[in-house]
Amino acid sequence: MTTLSERILGACAGEYVDRLVDRAFAHDGTGVLALEAFREMGRTVPAFPERISIFFDHLAPANNSQTATLQAELRDFAIECGLHFSDVGEGICHQLMSEGRALPGEIVVGADSHSCTAGAFGAFATGVGATDMAAIWAGGSTWFRVPETTAIQLEGSLTGAAEAKDLALTYVGRLGMDGATYRALEFTGEGASAIAMEGRLTLTNMAIEAGAKTGLFYADNITRRYLAEYGHDVTMQVPRDPDYAQEMVINLDDIVPVLSIPHRVDTIADVTDYEGTPLDQVFVGTCTNGRYSDIERFAALIRGKKVKTRTIVVPASRDVLLRAGRTGVLTDLIEAGCIVGPPGCGPCLGMHMGVLGEGEVALSTANRNFRNRMGVGAEYYLGSVATAAASALAGGICAPEVP
Amino acid sequence: MEGTGHAVCLGPDIDTDIIIAGRYLRTKDRSVWAEHVLEDLDPALAPRLRGAVIVAGRNMGCGSSREQAPVALKEAGVLAVIAPSFARIFFRNAINVGLPVIECDGVPCTAGEPVAFSLDEGWVKAGGVRYNARPLSVRMQEILDAGGLVNYWRAKE
Ligand code: SF4
Repeated sequence: MTTLSERILGACAGEYVDRLVDRAFAHDGTGVLALEAFREMGRTVPAFPERISIFFDHLAPANNSQTATLQAELRDFAIECGLHFSDVGEGICHQLMSEGRALPGEIVVGADSHSCTAGAFGAFATGVGATDMAAIWAGGSTWFRVPETTAIQLEGSLTGAAEAKDLALTYVGRLGMDGATYRALEFTGEGASAIAMEGRLTLTNMAIEAGAKTGLFYADNITRRYLAEYGHDVTMQVPRDPDYAQEMVINLDDIVPVLSIPHRVDTIADVTDYEGTPLDQVFVGTCTNGRYSDIERFAALIRGKKVKTRTIVVPASRDVLLRAGRTGVLTDLIEAGCIVGPPGCGPCLGMHMGVLGEGEVALSTANRNFRNRMGVGAEYYLGSVATAAASALAGGICAPEVP
Repeated sequence: MEGTGHAVCLGPDIDTDIIIAGRYLRTKDRSVWAEHVLEDLDPALAPRLRGAVIVAGRNMGCGSSREQAPVALKEAGVLAVIAPSFARIFFRNAINVGLPVIECDGVPCTAGEPVAFSLDEGWVKAGGVRYNARPLSVRMQEILDAGGLVNYWRAKE
């Protein structure tokens, strides 16, 4: 029977289809090139402006006047064409899509590799490049090869200090950086239904790190409740005995705090193996782990103490920042010695504030640690929010305590 | 589409950050990307890419969706990229910008030696041996034949 990807795309794995896209988005990084390609296609107005979003998150606010000029052109286009436009300071595209902009059963395409994040809602969500995005603006549709699916069957439940991030790093480590190329991942099993929406978003976000086209959860009660807060009433999705190309079983009880070691995201080790490695910086944020629950958990772990290394916290959206302000979490962070940045990608891609220097070592809650990405000649480890908190307090890599 | 070029050998899992670093993305000037392509891997590589056929390892082009990566390779003069497997966004982007990408197993790479390819007939030749390439989908072939997705769209109008 059919997988969730096959149901949403309405065809069998291996077939090529053209489909109208329900939601399309680009950011200040890819949008500039998409606009250029769109104009080269001889177009001035997108076919379905109401379906298109532009988010300014990668270099937000602009780091220099060259960036600002490029952003101004894209901003004018978005406003003139009546697109949904989200200016600097609003937050990361994937976070804002997950704040009520992506729904179960939809086809969501973003000009960013982590667009697979919205698969957490039971959407078929995937990333493309700028020219593909321009063609979607022009005609409203794009082509897909319907992917085969790898099932990640989750059993048991997370225990101790382990987080969804540790599970994400573990599955990417098991699959390898190209273990799911051209495929979709479906997270299924009893263990999957117990994972909160925020954790699901972390898991689908990292599907691309194993090469997958997307990662999906079936919309269930957790999805319904989460989206009801944004005013949506959604229909649940029930698996129909899908045919998987591959199945991987993970027992959540076995998941422990892990790190991805520089410079391959699929090189995974227990945090305890690297304990004591001095750190120049800890970074908490990104589309993987910059949600309110992440920032709140981090603050709770460092509250009343002082961080011993440069610690940058970047909320994933204005809403996250606002909530952190209201609940006192922001005060906790600042009192503990953290630097709080404006909502957006922050130092994640090494273009902006918080970039690392040569030979510096950092721990980040992001999703990829390619060589030089966050700073030329720097090294950085990827880990969970709890690992980031313990490490910030210790000034070096440190395993989180079991709560 | 056919061609012959000198081989430039790359390993597996070449990510788009290493093809063109984030610090060079703040522009629309393609010559900047061509000048700095693969700089973090080998600063001496860019000038050697004119007329080259890249023979890479598996998972070529993994990581970010930045289209500047295939554009940079094309602008630097790369004729085609051959690998046993590609990351899918890079593969799509390369076709969209008119850079031939060829999925082909077992092609040996000796730097500087000639590598020939034919997309129409689906082969790669290196060291006097012919290797069968996996065919592109009909749509991708059409886009590549048009010289990329922009031209494909203009022709459709
Ligand atoms: S936070 Fe990092 S990974 Fe996520 S969209 Fe921004 S740059 Fe990309």
